[in-house]
Amino acid sequence: MTLATHPGAHPGALRPAMPATDHGAGSAAAPPPALLFDHVTVRFGAYTAVSDAHLQVADGEFVSIVGPTGCGKSTLLNVAAGLLEPTEGDICVYGRSLAGLNRAAGYLFQADALMPWRTALRNVITGLEYAGTARAEAERLGNEWLARVGLSGHGERFPHEMSGGMRKRVALAQTLIRDPRIVLMDEPFSALDVQTRVLMENELLQLWTTYRKSVLFITHDLEEAISLSDRVIILSAGPSTHPIAEFKIDLERPRDVAEIRMTPRFVELYHLIWDAMKEEVLKAYERNQRKLAD
Amino acid sequence: MIANSALAKSAPSRPARRPRRKGMPGPLVMTTLQAGLLLVLLAAWYVLVSAKIFPVFFFGNPVQVFEQIFTWFATGEIFVHLATTLIETLLAFVIGVLSGIGAGLWLGLSPLTAALFDPYIKALNAMPRVILGPIFIVWFGLGIGSKVALGVTLVFFVVFFNVFQGVREVNPVILANARMLGANRRQLLSTVYIPSALSWVFSSLHMSVGMAFVGAVVGEYLGSARGVGYLILQAEATFDVNAVFAGIIVLTAFALVLDFAVTVIEKRLIVGKPK
Ligand SMILES: Nc1ncnc2c1ncn2[C@@H]1O[C@H](COP(=O)(O)OP(=O)(O)OP(=O)(O)O)[C@@H](O)[C@H]1O
Ligand SMILES: [Mg+2]
Repeated sequence: MTLATHPGAHPGALRPAMPATDHGAGSAAAPPPALLFDHVTVRFGAYTAVSDAHLQVADGEFVSIVGPTGCGKSTLLNVAAGLLEPTEGDICVYGRSLAGLNRAAGYLFQADALMPWRTALRNVITGLEYAGTARAEAERLGNEWLARVGLSGHGERFPHEMSGGMRKRVALAQTLIRDPRIVLMDEPFSALDVQTRVLMENELLQLWTTYRKSVLFITHDLEEAISLSDRVIILSAGPSTHPIAEFKIDLERPRDVAEIRMTPRFVELYHLIWDAMKEEVLKAYERNQRKLAD
Repeated sequence: MIANSALAKSAPSRPARRPRRKGMPGPLVMTTLQAGLLLVLLAAWYVLVSAKIFPVFFFGNPVQVFEQIFTWFATGEIFVHLATTLIETLLAFVIGVLSGIGAGLWLGLSPLTAALFDPYIKALNAMPRVILGPIFIVWFGLGIGSKVALGVTLVFFVVFFNVFQGVREVNPVILANARMLGANRRQLLSTVYIPSALSWVFSSLHMSVGMAFVGAVVGEYLGSARGVGYLILQAEATFDVNAVFAGIIVLTAFALVLDFAVTVIEKRLIVGKPK
């Protein structure tokens, strides 16, 4: 296990990773983390996808996980959601060991998860429907959320009548309307074009600032990870994936994801993290080359 | 806010209509050609029979065939038969679809039961179920009961297999998403399994209605007192080949109308169809 916290050049970055919100100087014990992966190992048959992963997300913190494709990022998120039980180790949600589904979490899946037989509005209010919210109230909230993700007036569209970006936004509204304390996001913007992506990243940051959810965000885009997060965790290449480094991102908030990429501190952090990742990327690359040669 | 109107309107643009292939006539010309082909075939039939190249005893005469159809409709004699066949078809369809959905959901959601019944379902499906007709006549008599029963056995399996497969192949991501959104078992059934299975039922609607129709007509043909199948049976018994052909033509037209009705219903029901 080679988990190293790389302090930035900043003195502020020296302290261990802490939640972005300050919990008053007087509070004695730190509140339990929203998510704690306690030495989690996941095996699929003989294949060890994740090995001894230990990481946490503090309450209200925005954490990104970056790793090469196929390394086990979705697997980790499935464990956090309670959809997949770890082979070894434990997952704790606000200090309690998780049994069954994680009821505190909303999950934005990597693949399309909208119901094709429901309109955008009905998709958005599905969670409220399950919870027994009155129809009129649910629809009012649903339309509010559609507006919030920039889709007002599109509530009657079916998923096949929307673009990929629109569907992602419906899915985002569908997840957030339930007001989950923890939000798990699996490469939500990777299929979007650059402009839409920046718009949605800013939108996400704005929502996050307003509602202060604990976010575990998965991406393979390092720039995206740095510009959004409080902390970036780097995973090793698979098999036996585990976190190899984590970086505290001490860029000021509120941020504009497009502009922050131009700041010297961002570039500095980018190089720092990239140096740490390079080795892993090369390792994955070599492994692939060898596989191809066989 | 991303309420950027230009963005929000970025729905996928569909190609307006497939461009007509070169040398392909327009729809009106094509319909005329198709009608022309029918006339040519009828004329050929008439000429071949009139010239005694085909024996009229076996092939009938198109003029008399249409006279027979005209008489049926003019006297109103045909309507009771059409109504009988229609009722049998609809009953067989509704009962077959409902029982198929029920059984498909049940077995689809319970792998143990499905494994238990598996060989029996395979056997029942492989069996040519039309041979059950005589047994149904013994059980349910010569009335519509035996025809409906035969139609149901045909429709049931079409729907059953579709629903069964639909339940088995529910998109796991949609299922996981619904669970994460807080669905309990009953809600999963009503908001994920059933709609997903229904889209499979819709895709087999034409086939189900066709099966119900086959069940009704074959049932009538095996023994009955009413229905279009009965008309044909009777005509055959008196060697009235013109009436046999007339019956076949009425049946075909009836099937086309049914199929068209299904298409209309389909268009109204399948809105959020995947694929
Ligand atoms: N249900 C499963 N059964 C067997 N192997 C699996 C299963 N799910 C995932 N794997 C394997 O585990 C590894 C990690 O998969 P995972 O989907 O977590 O990758 P990922 O990091 O999310 O990749 P990507 O960036 O492409 O989404 C892969 O090698 C995959 O083949
Ligand atoms: Mg993934």
